[in-house]
Amino acid sequence: MIKVQNVSKSFGNTDAVKDISFEVKAEENLILLGPSGCGKTTTLKMINTLIKPSAGTIYIDGRDVMHQSPTILRRSIGYVLQNNGLFPHFTVAQNIAVVPQLLKWEKRRTEKRIRELLEKLHLSPNYLQAYPHELSGGQQQRVGLARALVADPPLLLMDEPFGALDNVTRSKIHDEFKALDELKRKTIIMVTHDVQEAFELGDRICLMDKGAIVQAGTPTELLFKPINTFVSDFLKEQRLSLEFKTIQLLDLWNWLPAGNNQQQMNTLSAETDLWTGLESFKFNEVEVICILHHQKNEFRTVEFEQLMAAFYQYKRTLSNG
Amino acid sequence: MDEQQQTLLNFMWEQSDKLLIQMLQHIGLTFISLFAAVLIGVPLGILIARKKELSGTVLSVAGILQTIPSIALLGFMIPVLGIGAKPAIVALFLYALLPIIRNTYTGITGVNPAVKEAAVAMGMSEWQTLFSVELPLATSVILAGIRTATVINVGVATLASYIAAGGLGEFIFGGISLNNTNMILTGAIPAALLALLFDFLLSRAQRLSFKTVGTAMKIAPALLILLASLYFIPSAYGGKLTAGFTPEFMGRQDGNLGLQSKYGLTIHTIVISDAVMYKAAYENQLDIISGYSTDGRLKAYDLFTLQDDKGIFPPYYAAPIVSNKALRKFPQLEKTLNLLSDKINDSIMTDLNYRVDYLHQSPEKVAKDFLMANNLWRQEANSNTGIIRLGSKIFGEQYILANIYSMLIKGYTNYGVATKTGLGGTKICFDALTNDQIDLYPEYTGTGLLTILQPTQRTIDSLAGDKDKTYQYVKKEFQRRYAVKWLKPIGFNNTYALMMRQKQAQDLGIETISNLKHYLESN
Repeated sequence: MIKVQNVSKSFGNTDAVKDISFEVKAEENLILLGPSGCGKTTTLKMINTLIKPSAGTIYIDGRDVMHQSPTILRRSIGYVLQNNGLFPHFTVAQNIAVVPQLLKWEKRRTEKRIRELLEKLHLSPNYLQAYPHELSGGQQQRVGLARALVADPPLLLMDEPFGALDNVTRSKIHDEFKALDELKRKTIIMVTHDVQEAFELGDRICLMDKGAIVQAGTPTELLFKPINTFVSDFLKEQRLSLEFKTIQLLDLWNWLPAGNNQQQMNTLSAETDLWTGLESFKFNEVEVICILHHQKNEFRTVEFEQLMAAFYQYKRTLSNG
Repeated sequence: MDEQQQTLLNFMWEQSDKLLIQMLQHIGLTFISLFAAVLIGVPLGILIARKKELSGTVLSVAGILQTIPSIALLGFMIPVLGIGAKPAIVALFLYALLPIIRNTYTGITGVNPAVKEAAVAMGMSEWQTLFSVELPLATSVILAGIRTATVINVGVATLASYIAAGGLGEFIFGGISLNNTNMILTGAIPAALLALLFDFLLSRAQRLSFKTVGTAMKIAPALLILLASLYFIPSAYGGKLTAGFTPEFMGRQDGNLGLQSKYGLTIHTIVISDAVMYKAAYENQLDIISGYSTDGRLKAYDLFTLQDDKGIFPPYYAAPIVSNKALRKFPQLEKTLNLLSDKINDSIMTDLNYRVDYLHQSPEKVAKDFLMANNLWRQEANSNTGIIRLGSKIFGEQYILANIYSMLIKGYTNYGVATKTGLGGTKICFDALTNDQIDLYPEYTGTGLLTILQPTQRTIDSLAGDKDKTYQYVKKEFQRRYAVKWLKPIGFNNTYALMMRQKQAQDLGIETISNLKHYLESN
């Protein structure tokens, strides 16, 4: 859907982005990850032409973005900013209605759509007449998201959307974000410097440094097949928790002890990640958990130690392979 | 009736008609110019916020305009725009520009960049971003600029009366010239209250919430135009002839008050400074002016002096007045000053004034030429036995007299001279004399009588405009009350007079003030 081809951007003598290329498929979540100053935000803003590239071309659905009316192009792309960028002099309703108004929607259609979105984003309609400063940070971020989604654009650009939130609010919004059906149909490009967030929300990750892409791939690829020390160092601190979150119980299937194939009370899908699997021992205060492999229609009942053992064996195979 | 004892409120009540008119004019002047300044200043501020490379130039030009002293700015306007409302509005407009441009610029550039970026990223065009995001968010800063400009304008508008644009300055400057505190306050208090009121109202507007600010912005232009139009209410009813009187003349018994009470003369009058009055009469902007009978511009502009057939203007014979203390200290002084006695008659004085005011010769040169022609000039002697401090009021004739006296003293005595010319008015000159800050200055009998001594109406009537009686009376009273001596009169009588253009006076057959009244009342 999106094709970034040999794009560079320099501000004066500084090269912010150096000859990068990547593609994003429809309905994919691509994360631009990297330390501050790596050029990820500049890259994002070149997609909706907030910043004009110095060289190279960006295509959306095969059309060069620079050859389109910038206002019409931008109205068809959702945009969520760090610190939400809500209009302080507009009410929540007016903020969300900005793009519909630019697109000259009928009033009733706009209102209906806003109510629908508020419900999906768990915001009370009582807030419609409130001003942004009257809302909490998390609520503001939801309004910012609603504003980007209101015209149902196929593409969503997000610049550190959860950067200003505290950890509790952030993980809550992450869960909602993953659960939101509106977003499942969208192509999303998100900028973040938060590794956990990137792994949690991204289908694919572009790790950038000094204006260039160091490695692009799935979270598993970055984690287990880093192409250089920059990549492995960048992930080092949270390595274990990233591994737990990236590996699915399915991956460990061959090392899980067979036996007692009876379904039990606490059954998890094999597509669950290992982190959730390990957590369910604690949350449910159980000795064993039951895992269901849908395709094979098999069960495994395992203890905590057996699960961990399977994890180490899996990792050994990866490093040998 | 003794004006001194009159209370301020009485005075305001008596003058309430005028006060109302002046207030309307004042508000009108302020807001016409403010409206123009908003119309020009806000777009200019937006422009320089967009094109930052222009901001330095525009802001410094507006800043320089702001630093020109207001009275000088009004002066610059006269050659281009004449007198009246036009130059005053332009000057006020120029003053109001800087705060409005600067605050618009600051307001727009101060909008949170994230919010601006959001607007652009949502797909707003540049104009949409400006009108629905930047301007609304900059409103309170822009309003603060308009508020500053309003307060400046209310203040500067008091100077508009100098160039016949009306406003509360008429009372203020009249009061200063006449040393009438009530009159000054009648202008100054409402002016201050207006400034406070508009400041308060605009501060409230600044604090409006985003909910109401939209509506307020829609009402604002209408309100501005309404306030601006107040200026035109008083001038809507004019007359056949227009008179321009100085603020001082307006308030004097031997001025407009006398014209009204003795002649019953009512005429459409605007108040104007004497610096521009003669030219305005010459250029047909005014028909009747209150001039001085020896003014050089009489000759320059071919003006005709109306005869004062009911004798409301008392004689104004000029003579030096000297403190007794100075006369004792400088024994040769009296004799020297009296050298000029009876040497300058009305026509000679008019001619001397003409050279200074119209031919722009320096008062020194005119003084020296005069002394040479009359064989009075002498080379400067050594000056080492004390300094005589010589004062003069702030107009050409007094400068000439001061120069003549200075040359006489230097030539005929061993005294040196320090001149303090350009003292702002009778009261200032006289106070300087009695406070021993100057030793002498040239004064006029009529002024001494009416402005300083302020005797009862009966005393004035008993003098009956008689030259000698008046001189003797002021001489006696000044000596008794202030220990100041009137020396011998110089000869000329510089009295107030009403003047018209020679041609118009002939055409209308007006020779006396009674003729004028008759003409105004016919048809």
